[in-house]
Amino acid sequence: MAVITRFLGDISLAEEAVQEAFATALARWPQSGIPPSPAGWIITTARNKALDRLRKEATRSERQYAAQLLIEEEQLEEHDVHDDRLRMIFTCCHPALAPDAQVALTLRLLGGLSTEEIARAFLVPPATLAQRISRAKAKIRDTGIPYRVPEATDLPARLRTVLAVVYLIFNEGYSAASGDELLRGELCDEAIRLGRLLGALMPGEPEVLGLLALMLLIDARRDARTVGGDLVRLAEQDRERWDESKLEEGRALMRDCLAQNRPGPYQLQAAINAVHSDASSAARTDWRQILELYDQLMVIAPSLVVALNRAVAVAEMGGADRALQLVDAIDLPQYYLLHAVRADLLRRLGRTADAAFAYQIALEKCENAKEREFLARQYQSLTRN
Amino acid sequence: MKQYLLSVCYQAGSTQPAPEALGKIMSDVMAVRKEMQTAGAWVFSGGLHPPSSSTVLRHQNGEVVLTDGPFVESKEQIGGITIVQVADLDAALDWARKLARATATPIEVRPFMEHRS
Repeated sequence: MAVITRFLGDISLAEEAVQEAFATALARWPQSGIPPSPAGWIITTARNKALDRLRKEATRSERQYAAQLLIEEEQLEEHDVHDDRLRMIFTCCHPALAPDAQVALTLRLLGGLSTEEIARAFLVPPATLAQRISRAKAKIRDTGIPYRVPEATDLPARLRTVLAVVYLIFNEGYSAASGDELLRGELCDEAIRLGRLLGALMPGEPEVLGLLALMLLIDARRDARTVGGDLVRLAEQDRERWDESKLEEGRALMRDCLAQNRPGPYQLQAAINAVHSDASSAARTDWRQILELYDQLMVIAPSLVVALNRAVAVAEMGGADRALQLVDAIDLPQYYLLHAVRADLLRRLGRTADAAFAYQIALEKCENAKEREFLARQYQSLTRN
Repeated sequence: MKQYLLSVCYQAGSTQPAPEALGKIMSDVMAVRKEMQTAGAWVFSGGLHPPSSSTVLRHQNGEVVLTDGPFVESKEQIGGITIVQVADLDAALDWARKLARATATPIEVRPFMEHRS
């Protein structure tokens, strides 16, 4: 797909050509056998299909365009695929596209999900998602978003957008913002697959590896995060159910990152999760190290959400009082987790009535059914005592 | 090559910067224009009088009727435009970034339709 898009300069045309090439392959390969280079065969066939179509449909100017393509005909090899996928990622995640369009395009063109599946995962009607994708493609075409890897000076900012898109996909899967299913595993798998792809394409960018490590370390807890469909907090999870191979892969990636000595927000978040994963029990968590990592995170990528997580670490080190002061200074009134954390701190401090009230606010703000059930259980246990 | 319209946007009713600040903005904008011209990207640019200075013409029942004032009363207004001719959106965005810094106002970037002849 990526190779053909560069060749044709049009994503929609490339998509149709690749689909036709696969259809031809399905018809032909059972008889003729699989060619020595299947990907190369698909690329060549798709290119020829696209050229045929351009010739057939050509108005005068388009005929010139097709002729130009033929003159510029270059040897398309499989190793081009590497660079073309990288170009495709940066095009899909161009900052001139709206974030939801970036996500939809990335999943559609680089991920393995169909439009239907993406629509289901994001709880939007398939027609809405299809329209979102076709609008984004039209904008890429009409506005002349280039199909190339940004220059070195633009790369850090552009890479941040790419990583943000992949992490957004992961988070949407891991803690779905709304809806009834807590985990939408296919989105997590897809985000990790994209993370691996980015890691293979840009092994020299520690934040790319940091993001992959972060996703693996979090995803390792996927099975332990629910029992009988109910949400289980990190502290109460059965650590035997953590996926050791994912943890090990995440830790190994972290070691590679550390060797590059260029820390960034994803690496620090991964490091925090690595500390959690190293503790044999919740009580043995090295909160001092976690707090230090949050302090660093507050320096390089301060945000209210980071401040909230840092406050949790402060509480775990025995400073529930101090943590409550910190939480009360964070201006995130619409964020349900802030109220949930506040409620938990008030409960620890024995301020039951205030805690109950905070749980009620958290329940009002929370849109995920599973998380709501969890909050409701917390609230009930509080009022029962 | 593609052509892009870079519009300088401002909020309706916002007051003009003080004369000395305006002078600085004007010279910064001129510097960007010079840079565009040197790079061969510049096609046209110009500032606009306020929307109240506009006249609208409508074709009605075979007649063209004139009315005073802007076509739509809008909150966002265009203070000036620049047209650049560059390879792609990224190149247009680079110029728009410079213009946004010089004018200290939002810049809207919009591609012209291509007319292949």
